[in-house]
Amino acid sequence: MLWRADPPRARRLVALDGLSLIYHRPSGMTHVVAPPMPEILDALGEGPADVADIVSRLAARFDIADPADAEAVVSARLAELAERGLVFAA
Amino acid sequence: MSRHVAMLRVGPIAFRVGSAWKGPTDALRRLYAGYPVPAVPDFTVRLEPQKRWRRWIAPSVAIRGDYQFVGAAPLSLAHGLLAAEMGMNLQMALGLRRYLLLHASAVERDGRAVIMTGHSGAGKSTLAALLSERGWRFLGDEFVLVDLVTGQLRPFPRAVSLKNEAAAVMRAEGAGDRLLFSLDDTPKGRITYLRPDDAAIARMDETARPALILFPRFGDAQAVRLVGPAEVFVRLTQASTNYVTLGEPGFDALSALVRDLPARAIDYPDGDSAVALVERLWAELAR
Amino acid sequence: MTSATILVRALRDPASATALDAAGWTALLTVARAESLIGTLAHRLADIPLPPAVSPTLADARASAETVGRQALWEAEMARRALAPLGVPVILLKGTAFAAAGLDPSIGRSIGDLDILVPREAIDQVESALKAAGWEWVKDDAYDDAYYRRWMHELPPLIHKDRDRMIDVHHTILPMTARQTPDAGALVSASIALPDGLRILAPADMIVHAACHLFADGDLAGGLRNLWDVDRLLRQFGNDPGFWSTLAERAALHEMERSVHLAMRLSAHLYGTPILQGAPRLTLFERLIVRRIQARDGWGRAPHPFTRLGFYIRSHWLRMPPTMLARHLWTKLRKR
Repeated sequence: MLWRADPPRARRLVALDGLSLIYHRPSGMTHVVAPPMPEILDALGEGPADVADIVSRLAARFDIADPADAEAVVSARLAELAERGLVFAA
Repeated sequence: MSRHVAMLRVGPIAFRVGSAWKGPTDALRRLYAGYPVPAVPDFTVRLEPQKRWRRWIAPSVAIRGDYQFVGAAPLSLAHGLLAAEMGMNLQMALGLRRYLLLHASAVERDGRAVIMTGHSGAGKSTLAALLSERGWRFLGDEFVLVDLVTGQLRPFPRAVSLKNEAAAVMRAEGAGDRLLFSLDDTPKGRITYLRPDDAAIARMDETARPALILFPRFGDAQAVRLVGPAEVFVRLTQASTNYVTLGEPGFDALSALVRDLPARAIDYPDGDSAVALVERLWAELAR
Repeated sequence: MTSATILVRALRDPASATALDAAGWTALLTVARAESLIGTLAHRLADIPLPPAVSPTLADARASAETVGRQALWEAEMARRALAPLGVPVILLKGTAFAAAGLDPSIGRSIGDLDILVPREAIDQVESALKAAGWEWVKDDAYDDAYYRRWMHELPPLIHKDRDRMIDVHHTILPMTARQTPDAGALVSASIALPDGLRILAPADMIVHAACHLFADGDLAGGLRNLWDVDRLLRQFGNDPGFWSTLAERAALHEMERSVHLAMRLSAHLYGTPILQGAPRLTLFERLIVRRIQARDGWGRAPHPFTRLGFYIRSHWLRMPPTMLARHLWTKLRKR
């Protein structure tokens, strides 16, 4: 399944003591999120992707502690992001 | 229906309060004597009989206006002043968008302000009233107004409603001549209204720069805890009725406020230790 | 008690507001709020010199309308995401439709719940998809539910569990018990696609729908706003040469000729809409409606409940055969 996010300019981000505040312009909603949510959203800035592609995009920029686990973690985070309206099925 | 009217401006907001009965508007005019009288109001409150015949028989005061809750329980005429105050609070909570609105109290010194916020009954109103007797200027006890562009606070000095013990404390502080109305048997028990002092009224248009955020809690042994910015942000969105409707300007104003200010949760067993804690933290942290 | 004339005049002729004194402005702003037209008014007055006590309130009203529009379009987008996999036409109605299509009535408009129209045969799948995406029933009242499903033109109201916003899913624009029977299939087949895949009614059908609302739908509450929508739509589409005959055809198709005709005449009388027949002389009945629609005092109060109840009964009469009316009202009264 392909996921998409709005382009980066649809969001404002403020970093505060380890967490990020994201203001999502289309919905007017504010979300308080922890890594890797902002990183996943940035990865989708390169275009729609499935879970495996998102993991590769993240691996290109960050050291992934447990690659075997990564897809499960990213899938779970994507489901949460979808509930909040920050990502959707392409 | 004949209407008795009181018009008053509190800080930047002008209210028109209409009442089917004389009592509430007379009380407002006495409680807020000397406040500016506006020509055009920002908000209108209407105190009306719940049903027409309840104007004279067992008078029942419904709180209506530009903004209202459908099906809200009416009050008795004896609590008409409380109804007027609740009506004004409702207009602010549901209708204000000129400023970021926080349920908080604030006091000022040297152009800088402490914001005190927390659950209802935690003590922010009493603490603000007490600090105002100890060398601070009273900015408000119910709502803090944050300018969306400058981040400065606009004073909003309405009367402070105090429960029994708090009223006694203020009397002991020498503010007895400003304790103007007492209402018995309200949902919060006996409450007494404290009129702000002359300095608070005279200087209601002088803004202040926020310098410290406190989460006060009355009733426990003295303690101070650091509160991280993300937690402060979340707690302040919960303390704001208009953060969501403001959209991006609200996000900008609140994130700037939170990023720049030190914040502490304080517990205290009594008024004097509260004041001492505030003074100590102010000296230590306020920039 | 006809203070809303001050609002009608200011909307129709913004420059006239410069003559208002403090009491006049107070009444105008209060009435505009009460009629959910303060955002619209604020845009109409945007180029008028305003007293300093008034401009912040109108600036706030414009900002509020912008927030409301954004939230409404977001609800539409969330509904789109939930329903896209079904492949059924989803047609936005009323305020959200105007906003999504950038039509004139959307300027400064207040918007309530999300209203959508779907084909009747798709209604069950739509209900399931919405529930799977987090919407749930507002009420569990069994009587209302059975009544709704059998006779009404919409599902019982759904509310989203996280966002706390309601959606009304229609399969036609009038209840099944009404004397007129609009052609729901024709509404769907004439609908127009927007870039994101959601749809809106064809212009003439939009006006038929607004006319349904105005009179067949209720007790004229919100009448000034509904007629403003009609005025703006007629002005926006009225320059298109084929439009007026299309409007007449669609009104006939949907059995709404009388309502559409009435809406046009009221709009022309109140807001000066240029209609083909020119400014009408109103019948007695129409004059009563005009009075009722403008009945607000300078404090924003509407006339007393007895008059409202008269219209409530009338609106149900229009919707239901008389025997059903008696049974329904009796049950409603008992529950109160």
